[in-house]
Amino acid sequence: MSTVKVKVNGVEVECPANATVLEAARLAGIEIPTLCYMKEINAIGACRICVTEVSGARGLVAACVYPVAEGMEINTNSQKAYNARKMTLELILSNHRRDCLTCDRNQNCELQKLAKDYNIKDVRFGHPEELKPQIEDSMIHLIRDNSKCILCRRCVAVCKEMQGIGVIGPNDRGFETHISCAFDRNLEETACVSCGQCITVCPTGALTERDCTDKVWNALADKSKFVVVGTAPSVRVTLGECFDMPVGTNVQGKMVAALRRLGFDKVFDVDVTADLTILEEGTEFLERLNSGENLPLITSCSPGWVKFCEHYYPEFIPNLSSCKSPQQMFGAMMKTYYAEKMGIDPKDIFVVSIMPCTAKKFERFRDYQEAVPGLRDVDAAITTRELARMIATAGISFKDLPDEDFDPAFGISSGAGVIFGATGGVMEAALRTVTEIVTGQELKKLEFTEVRGTEGIKEAQYDLGGRLVRVAVASGLSNARALLERVKSGEAQYDMIEIMACPGGCVNGGGQPIQPQSVRNFVDLRAKRAAAIYDADKEMKLRKSHENPVIKEIYDTYLEKPGSHKAHKILHTKYQARSKYPGVAVAE
Amino acid sequence: MNIVRSHVLVCGGTGCTSSNSPEIIKQFNKELDKRGLSDEVKVIQTGCFGLCALGPIVIVYPEGSFYSMVKPEDVEEIVEEHILKGRIVKRLLYEGDLKEAKVATSLNDTNFYKKQKRIALRNCGVIDPENIDEYIANDGYQALAKVLTQMTPEEVIDTITASGLRGRGGAGFPTGRKWAFAAKEDNPVKYVCCNADEGDPGAFMDRSLLEGDPHSIIEAMAIAGYAIGAHQGYVYVRAEYPIAVKRLQIAIRQAREYGFLGEDIFGTGFNFDLDVRLGAGAFVCGEETALMRSIEGHRGEPRPRPPFPAVKGLFDKPTILNNVETYANVPWIINNGPEAFASIGTEKSKGTKVFALGGKITNTGLVEIPMGTTLREVIEEIGGGVPNGKKFKAAQTGGPSGGCIPESLIDTPMDFESLAAVGSIMGSGGLIVMDEDNCMVDIAKFFLQFTVDESCGKCTPCRIGMRRLLELVDKITSGNGTLEDIELTEQLCYHIKENSLCGLGQTAPNPVLSTLQHFRDEYIAHVVDKRCPAGVCKNLLRYQILAEKCIGCTSCARVCPVGAISGEVKKPHTIDTSKCIKCGACMEKCKFGAIVKN
Repeated sequence: MSTVKVKVNGVEVECPANATVLEAARLAGIEIPTLCYMKEINAIGACRICVTEVSGARGLVAACVYPVAEGMEINTNSQKAYNARKMTLELILSNHRRDCLTCDRNQNCELQKLAKDYNIKDVRFGHPEELKPQIEDSMIHLIRDNSKCILCRRCVAVCKEMQGIGVIGPNDRGFETHISCAFDRNLEETACVSCGQCITVCPTGALTERDCTDKVWNALADKSKFVVVGTAPSVRVTLGECFDMPVGTNVQGKMVAALRRLGFDKVFDVDVTADLTILEEGTEFLERLNSGENLPLITSCSPGWVKFCEHYYPEFIPNLSSCKSPQQMFGAMMKTYYAEKMGIDPKDIFVVSIMPCTAKKFERFRDYQEAVPGLRDVDAAITTRELARMIATAGISFKDLPDEDFDPAFGISSGAGVIFGATGGVMEAALRTVTEIVTGQELKKLEFTEVRGTEGIKEAQYDLGGRLVRVAVASGLSNARALLERVKSGEAQYDMIEIMACPGGCVNGGGQPIQPQSVRNFVDLRAKRAAAIYDADKEMKLRKSHENPVIKEIYDTYLEKPGSHKAHKILHTKYQARSKYPGVAVAE
Repeated sequence: MNIVRSHVLVCGGTGCTSSNSPEIIKQFNKELDKRGLSDEVKVIQTGCFGLCALGPIVIVYPEGSFYSMVKPEDVEEIVEEHILKGRIVKRLLYEGDLKEAKVATSLNDTNFYKKQKRIALRNCGVIDPENIDEYIANDGYQALAKVLTQMTPEEVIDTITASGLRGRGGAGFPTGRKWAFAAKEDNPVKYVCCNADEGDPGAFMDRSLLEGDPHSIIEAMAIAGYAIGAHQGYVYVRAEYPIAVKRLQIAIRQAREYGFLGEDIFGTGFNFDLDVRLGAGAFVCGEETALMRSIEGHRGEPRPRPPFPAVKGLFDKPTILNNVETYANVPWIINNGPEAFASIGTEKSKGTKVFALGGKITNTGLVEIPMGTTLREVIEEIGGGVPNGKKFKAAQTGGPSGGCIPESLIDTPMDFESLAAVGSIMGSGGLIVMDEDNCMVDIAKFFLQFTVDESCGKCTPCRIGMRRLLELVDKITSGNGTLEDIELTEQLCYHIKENSLCGLGQTAPNPVLSTLQHFRDEYIAHVVDKRCPAGVCKNLLRYQILAEKCIGCTSCARVCPVGAISGEVKKPHTIDTSKCIKCGACMEKCKFGAIVKN
């Protein structure tokens, strides 16, 4: 790659010839503030907070999009640039409902940080008293308050460019511009899949998950309830970020300790039901492989993906695995097997799941998710962020906690369960089990590295006891779309496909800790968090789902065998085609 | 071809159409038919003559009699007297300043046309825009033929560069250079676009050109296509211009039929075709990148440059975009040589410029003048001065992106550099004249309201800053402003100019800045004296009855809609200012000049 030399505040740096001023400054150790910019996804130069002085340009330029040139002199902190950024901030603040103290994003807000960094003491414009909340809360998982929206359009870009959905965009123009759905309809009237990626990229508190912590606190306070909690695979490698720990720190032991101190009666690991999923789904896969029906099998762990499939690719519904997701299997097992084992009335069991995901809030309410008729499998699904909030509320000093173990009944899991948290993990876990079942031989190498990594679409072929199995893995729904189009056209053929709604899989889920864009632009969260997942797997003695003693016991004492009638009743579900335009009566 | 002895040209421009010129055409045909003259006399609907204030306009040739403000009921007399008996109908003749000369027939002798030089408008009002043969008869498509058969693309670009032609849409970028950038790009697919999204309030030159001479645009775009290596063009025209759209579509169809568009034009192997795209009325879509986004079918919003459209434009292909008037000059330059064009105008601003005269001026309409003609010549001579004996105060040029030129600078030459030097711009050629009754702060506010409405909302400075600017100016005109507000206003203006994403925001504060520059005392009067010197800003008005003039007739009290005036009959009345809504009805009613506002 050709490079050029530029000077940033007088210091010479060499940078790629196609770099932007922002990137060149970064190489020189200078962080130019940004609000709208998202690398490769939203380079629109709209917010103007990154204006910078460069030689050869008439006025200030937007550093996020302005290309460098040989010999360019960049002055990131000239008084002119500083004053301009300050005035732009003042203008943004003049149209932002500044209820910082009661805002979800207090102390984790990019706008608030800039206001502090730029020493804004007074906002000379606007009429703050006229700014009232503008709440849109039609969806189960999300709440939008446009009075805090600064129109950076990161949510729009992530929805359209990364997820290929595009149900939100700017409506009206000028000062009246606001982000909403077509014809200002509510989100529930669109084919939003609840992935929550928009929340994780919002710089302010305009987009937040619907908080369910009160429900959990109430259950914990209710003496008649036996409150169990289960944590999703990826939460252990992200929760630490909420307590200022480095990205990619595994805090499983502290997380368990914290949950116990919050007062949960049992602290369990959803990794166990991830293992259970592998047994059920692996069996299903082998059945389909034998019968040749409904191939490729497509995974159904990701509720954002499942909803996407129902809205946009209903023709692939028969290909979806009928297995419930690990969250739902966890709830189902709690209210059946575990209730029976412990002699507790399932009505009295309150199941909480800690998820990296906002679509899990939606999944909880899906049809055919009641192993015990009349009782939802899961009673509350909260995100990593909500758990962090509860830990803070309880005054628990997270970093000082000792490491503790999950309660054993649903606390022993395999490395295969852990890797569910990263893209390709479900596929790898399934391959570990299916290969050993089919060949009857122990795998020499457990790592299926071809399906690992952050690329959007991965493909591989494996020899399954003499039969060639073609697999594909997609994460991020625009990648899913591209992959499915290829399958539809016959251009590509697979036997099994893993799809995760969020790019990189659950480690980058819509319920994960929010990192500012200044970090996201230069640190690959997906890769760092996934590395912690694979490290955890590597260090485990137990790395194959079918060797998990808990799973063995479940089948031996309760479910008989994978794919049994009873297993189907408790662990499997159904899907439904959904309209692309749920709010409109159209002839389709 | 049928030889006719007389031609009747009836203006079919938008202004004359609104004042019923289609009915006049109908009447002419009816009356001629009645007298069996249909084969001898031809009635032609032309484009705009320019003198819109006096429409509908009818010209009868061969005499060239210029009839103005013609009504349908006048037609019978024109046919009977002029066409049949050869007697010119003097009462309908446009006299203008020719009254004394009594010549009354030659258009070019009138002050309105004398100082004009019609290059872009050469065919407007002269030919039937819906008839390609008339265009061809006036040298139409000759330039395209010359270019395709005798010139290389480089020579075409060199010719345009040598002519000194600069963009007529506002920024004045050298056209030849723009074409050269796109020609340099190595890409089999390129586009030629025409910006006909004329949006400045009061500007209608592009509209008149498309309505009066659509073929000149088609010809020029084909020439541009040849020059840069493009085979497809788009005319982006606003849907609010139905006549222009219709005539353009007719012209494109005719050009295809004649082989001037399509494949293998003039047998040279060159392919070029054109399509029309309608804009839905967003001012920002006049900005080049927003226009292209709109053609692509997206929300019309600008994007940062670079990359410039010449490198990455429409559908990410190299694209040139020129304004309608720019294109209209191109065939003339090819036909008459770049030297002829460059000999007109000033050192850096060559050729002519069309201005839309409006506001407080006698001859409202379209004028085309050599660059460098002074503002005074345009207003006093061509425009016929300010009507009603009022005093000229300022001229606003360049629309919402432009500025106001005060009376003291009336001798400013109208060219790119000189206008910029006095804090205004050429813009697309809007020229609005203001007299002593105009409040300059109010004028600034008017243009601000326009740009606030038209901001696309993408970048912060324009979206929020312009709104805050309007609020500040509004505060000033409503009498609540302070001197600090004037300072903050100015500061905000410069911020928006320097930080906005596109040309709209970068120029939107100009009306405020230029009035602050030339009429700062008016702003100060609003905030310090709480007074609007021109008596426009309602909140600052006080209606008052002069006791010495009031005879107590009570008519003011009777007309007051809110009962703010009281007094005994035959005794001086008074106005209760707390009740007064400043509607001005009393002042209008008073026959004795006893009511004043200050």
